Amino acid sequence: MTTTNPTPTADTFGMYTVGAPIADTKAPTTVPIDKMWTTRKFDAKLVNPSNRRKLTVIIVGTGLAGAAAAASLGEAGYNVQVFFYQDSARRAHSIAAQGGINAAKNYNGDGDSVYRLFYDTVKGGDYRARETNVYRLAEVSANIIDQCVAQGVPFAREYAGLLDNRSFGGTQVARTFYAAGQTGQQLLIGAYQALERQVAKGTVQEFKRHEMLELIVVDGRARGIVARNMVTGELETHLADAVVLASGGYGNVFFLSTNAMGCNVTATWRAHRKGAYFGNPCYTQIHPTCIPVAGDYQSKLTLMSESLRNDGRIWVPKRAEDCDKDPRQIPEEDRDYYLERIYPAFGNLVPRDIASRQAKNVCDEGRGVGPKVGDFRRGVYLDFAESIQRLGRAAIEEKYGNLFDMYAQITGESPYEVPMRIYPAVHYTMGGLWVDYDLQTSITGLYAAGEANFSDHGANRLGASSLMQCLGDGYFVLPNTIRDYLANGPFPKVAADAPEVTGALAAAQSRIDRLMAVNGERTVDSFHKELGHIMWEYCGMERTEEGLLKAIGLIRSLREEFWRNVRVLGSADTLNQSLERAGRVADFLELGELMCIDALHRRESCGGHFRAESQTDDGEALRHDDQFLYVAAWEFAGGGDGVVGTPVLHKEDLVYKSIELKQRSYK
Amino acid sequence: MNLTLNIWRQDGPNAQGRMVTYQLADVSEHMSFLEMLDVLNEQLVEKGEEPIAFDSDCREGICGMCGLMINGKAHGPEVTTTCQLHMRSFNDGDTITVEPWRATAFPVLRDLVVDRSAFDRIIQAGGFISVNTGAAPEAHSVPVPKPKADRAFESAKCIGCGACVAACPNAAGMLFMGAKVTHLGELPQGQPERWARVVKMVAQHDHEGFGGCTNTGACADVCPKEIPLDVINQLNKDLRASMSKRA
Repeated sequence: MTTTNPTPTADTFGMYTVGAPIADTKAPTTVPIDKMWTTRKFDAKLVNPSNRRKLTVIIVGTGLAGAAAAASLGEAGYNVQVFFYQDSARRAHSIAAQGGINAAKNYNGDGDSVYRLFYDTVKGGDYRARETNVYRLAEVSANIIDQCVAQGVPFAREYAGLLDNRSFGGTQVARTFYAAGQTGQQLLIGAYQALERQVAKGTVQEFKRHEMLELIVVDGRARGIVARNMVTGELETHLADAVVLASGGYGNVFFLSTNAMGCNVTATWRAHRKGAYFGNPCYTQIHPTCIPVAGDYQSKLTLMSESLRNDGRIWVPKRAEDCDKDPRQIPEEDRDYYLERIYPAFGNLVPRDIASRQAKNVCDEGRGVGPKVGDFRRGVYLDFAESIQRLGRAAIEEKYGNLFDMYAQITGESPYEVPMRIYPAVHYTMGGLWVDYDLQTSITGLYAAGEANFSDHGANRLGASSLMQCLGDGYFVLPNTIRDYLANGPFPKVAADAPEVTGALAAAQSRIDRLMAVNGERTVDSFHKELGHIMWEYCGMERTEEGLLKAIGLIRSLREEFWRNVRVLGSADTLNQSLERAGRVADFLELGELMCIDALHRRESCGGHFRAESQTDDGEALRHDDQFLYVAAWEFAGGGDGVVGTPVLHKEDLVYKSIELKQRSYK
Repeated sequence: MNLTLNIWRQDGPNAQGRMVTYQLADVSEHMSFLEMLDVLNEQLVEKGEEPIAFDSDCREGICGMCGLMINGKAHGPEVTTTCQLHMRSFNDGDTITVEPWRATAFPVLRDLVVDRSAFDRIIQAGGFISVNTGAAPEAHSVPVPKPKADRAFESAKCIGCGACVAACPNAAGMLFMGAKVTHLGELPQGQPERWARVVKMVAQHDHEGFGGCTNTGACADVCPKEIPLDVINQLNKDLRASMSKRA
């Protein structure tokens, strides 16, 4: 990381200050892009095998990135400790990914290549990702498939026994490997088994039902964590030579999302508070095909694979008064197949961000369908009647049977009989901790991998790319880059009573004590739901300056009320799920504000987010490369619990040497 | 609908547990079973009572974190995970009994939360293919006949929830273990370690305090991923074969 020209200037609203720009210094940009990774791997220092066991690496999270990194570093002979909040490493939320994993194998001979995968990923991310990282991702993608097959991941195969591929997410080549609708599960089980093998060998030690609550930084280096044993309530300090955060995304700031109930931002937010810059926090992905909200009690939203858009037609009634009718009784001429109408070339297969925003638009117009939640019906039809008529029910059943069953189980309606109802939901967060080419954050010795970092997807992630990135980071990137740092170790032993250690422990303890002591009137979930509502309303698919300013005010007062009025019962020295949630919601209440500030400052429509003040004459997203061709890396400048201060913006200019900048158009 | 709930409460691993009765009104049939418990918990907190601890995470039937005995049946009346069970499977006025998984190998930690670490240790004993990162050959160098790949996948769908153990009168973990042995044993990549794997996994299984299989089939009846009973036949077949192969 380099810093130059430190001339802070305040923004119009006094919400943030501007600090020195930053840049990645690890990618060897003097060589052509297709030689960079090889060069970096060669230049990165080696650690003698006999020294590796003297080096300890802490990894937080056992999803695809964390489990893959932990297994690989364990195999290499490092002393690895992994921490996760679930009861088994196999349960991390990577397990829920349905569709598939991209890799530039070109098994179909349809013109795929490393460059094309790189090109599609940068373009899909709307030119807001760092090209050197993305190129490397495309480069390692093929190795991922080899590794997984060798582990016994049962990918779908053709009758000749070779691997089957499908086209996914609007790409023109078939490069997606899959295992029915359970690809994430199969990949994670593969990584989990590799991890358990190392546990048996003694290279990896697991800390299950443990939640990281603080990062320990000594002399500017990440040297350990404070974790809470969620069964006994005990706070523990764990010291190491390096720390890797592979703790996933922060979609649950919206309360309702497709994330698991436990997904949270605490690990990365605590690191952010200790000096790790947070990159592009406002970049969230809203997935267009989820089952709509049914009532106030709803705890999560369920994704329906977007492959359904290949055969389903999306529509709403032309007239609001038809919206509560049985859809089968609404004649063709009274239906608005709005995606086919607005985007005749791509129709129902427009990218995720566009499909999502148009669904919101028609519902805002009062033409949504399904039950009213609040004042609006939030749903559109995804209709298979025509496909069933054309291809036969059996063909549709073979393709989508498990999804239709899942839908019927949740809603009680059969998609074979009545059109599905779908609505966009928060699915993925492209933002995350800022990292360099080595995946090192702005804190020396602290690394971030997988969804927890900001790196490869720019402002919009393509389908089947998150599994690729997580496994690329975990198996191939991190084990090669972290050795360059570890080769400088072992670092001086940190004493258990060093002030940085006792300070971090005391901070975690005091936050817990404070949460337990408030004893107010409102449940943790009621705060979380209210925060989620604010975020969804003002920092969701469409954002305006006015709305974001309002949201920031609302979040500030909600956070103030939280610390005065939350109710956490029971005791802190037992398994206490209210306390766990309270700590996570406290961090979401801080993150939410930063997301709104980031969204406020980025006065352009880009990728997954639409800024109302930045659109073309016909209402399409308008990017501003002249002003916003950079990564926004935010530095924390606040104080104690609930005090977020005025964040400092560091810009990393994005330089595209290997790909031409273009505006996306799907019309 | 209005419900009467009898729920197991237990303060900690060594505490004495007890059934506690709760009344819950205005339950929507569209709620999932766990959302119904969320609503009950919100009401308990508002009344100043400690909420009921239960495990859940993905709430879309794939992570395997949730699992409750509902009216004596693992995951309740439908063949699905507890998180995918919806209240439309119940009727107004019903009394529902909710208990944790009950098995020696799955000790209760609190209320409805149990410790399933024994499953991890069975995998550690041999439920993997030993290949280091970077040591893999090109993926297409070994074709896998589709029927074998498909059977491997069907077995690999296991989510490790433990319903099979909870449902089994002997608290055996044989369906779980058979699924893994079948998954890896069907694939060419899994052959070199096949015979050693089954022996080590079975030894760990027995060491953990799981019971033996007496072919009641109760496990396959409740398996939310519908893992077929024949994976246990495969397990036994491989175990027998391993005696001669390893000699």
